[in-house]
Amino acid sequence: MPLTKRIIPCLDIKDGQTVKGINFLNIRAVGDPVELGSRYAQMGADELVFLDITATHEKRKTLSELVTRIAHHINIPFTVGGGISSVEDVSILLQAGADKISVNSAAVRNPQLINELAHQFGSQCVVLAVDTKFVDGEWIVFLNGGRIPTTIRTFDWVKQAVELGAGEILLTSMDHDGTKNGFAIELTRQVSESVNVPVIASGGAGNMEHFVDVFNAGKADAALAAGIFHYGEIELPALKQFLHEKGIEVRR
Amino acid sequence: MEIVIIKYNAGNIRSVLFALERLGYHAVVSDDPALIRKADKVIFPGVGEASSAMGYLHEHGLAQVIQSLKQPVLGICLGMQLLCEFSEENQTNCLGIIDQPIRQFPQLGLKIPQIGWNDIFGLKGPLFNQVPEHSYVYFVHGFYAPLSGYTLATVEYMIPYSAALQKDNFFAVQFHPEKSGKVGEQILTNFLNM
Repeated sequence: MPLTKRIIPCLDIKDGQTVKGINFLNIRAVGDPVELGSRYAQMGADELVFLDITATHEKRKTLSELVTRIAHHINIPFTVGGGISSVEDVSILLQAGADKISVNSAAVRNPQLINELAHQFGSQCVVLAVDTKFVDGEWIVFLNGGRIPTTIRTFDWVKQAVELGAGEILLTSMDHDGTKNGFAIELTRQVSESVNVPVIASGGAGNMEHFVDVFNAGKADAALAAGIFHYGEIELPALKQFLHEKGIEVRR
Repeated sequence: MEIVIIKYNAGNIRSVLFALERLGYHAVVSDDPALIRKADKVIFPGVGEASSAMGYLHEHGLAQVIQSLKQPVLGICLGMQLLCEFSEENQTNCLGIIDQPIRQFPQLGLKIPQIGWNDIFGLKGPLFNQVPEHSYVYFVHGFYAPLSGYTLATVEYMIPYSAALQKDNFFAVQFHPEKSGKVGEQILTNFLNM
């Protein structure tokens, strides 16, 4: 059997609590990250992502204590991101127990960071997170949790990042995030076909069909969602069963 | 029972420590040859790159220590690959305990490294006690151990290859039992019960 498609609940963290932003704004809290993460692991999540969404703009450094607590309690892989800007940041988080880290804004500002991280820790733990939005007919990279636009084309950036050593791409369409209208299928497919590393699609999950679409038409290797899991709108075991019935290989 | 996790310049070492703690075992992370030699069980984990890891093991006198161990040893991921003879990752001479090579995945259209959950089958021996055939475990790797007489479990990603190896007291798994949920916990428990 082939490698399974992964379902990844994402826990956005602010001040040690899980929150879910709607279109990255209007944030509200939904619970303790360790407790939520453990519950997802038990229910069949394949991986978890913890993003410190306040870290970049408030210049908060690390989440190492929380990461250690998570690593103690959770028996599946997890990625930590948010405000990571140096080899030292990464070293601290990996030593605290993170399996992978994701870099976003800092890598755009200093692409060599990806190279340094891949060289020092291996590509397998370097996830490039990209926040992107369709502007004037092109997908453009945004920085700082979607606050700052750049002139960089998303396809160019993703290819460059993979050449520099990124081991996975976490691709968030800001146009879709929080809408529950489905993932950015065409964007995901184009990115997935243009790089030879796994692509995690993010933003827009609203129902179980959306996951089928992003795996089949979108060619995603993994799909990430937050709110629909946090509020119990989709239960992980039911989602896995649904995907299995649709002929998609998943771990059950 | 004294369990030592070998400390060297590779990632993910504390993940193994935490996994053992969840199972109720206390382990020590150490690069002290004396401690490693007298442990009841030795775990040789690791995520990283083969040549720099081997360089470190030689510089710190750990290569010889590992080669001389008589108690049950469990190599995980890079640790498994380093127990073998030679790795195509930067053409690295490894520890040579399990006399077989580590190859680079062929370019057959699938993404490399393999990252994610894949199923293991053809399970043999006590390491896989109470582990059902086709259980899912978590893999992250770009190099692989071909099937051989040492194969204890098989996995398929483009080609079938070894998910686990054994030679004498040396057990080795390509996947991460410390990150493989309940199945991984059973495999770690089986190793500690040897």
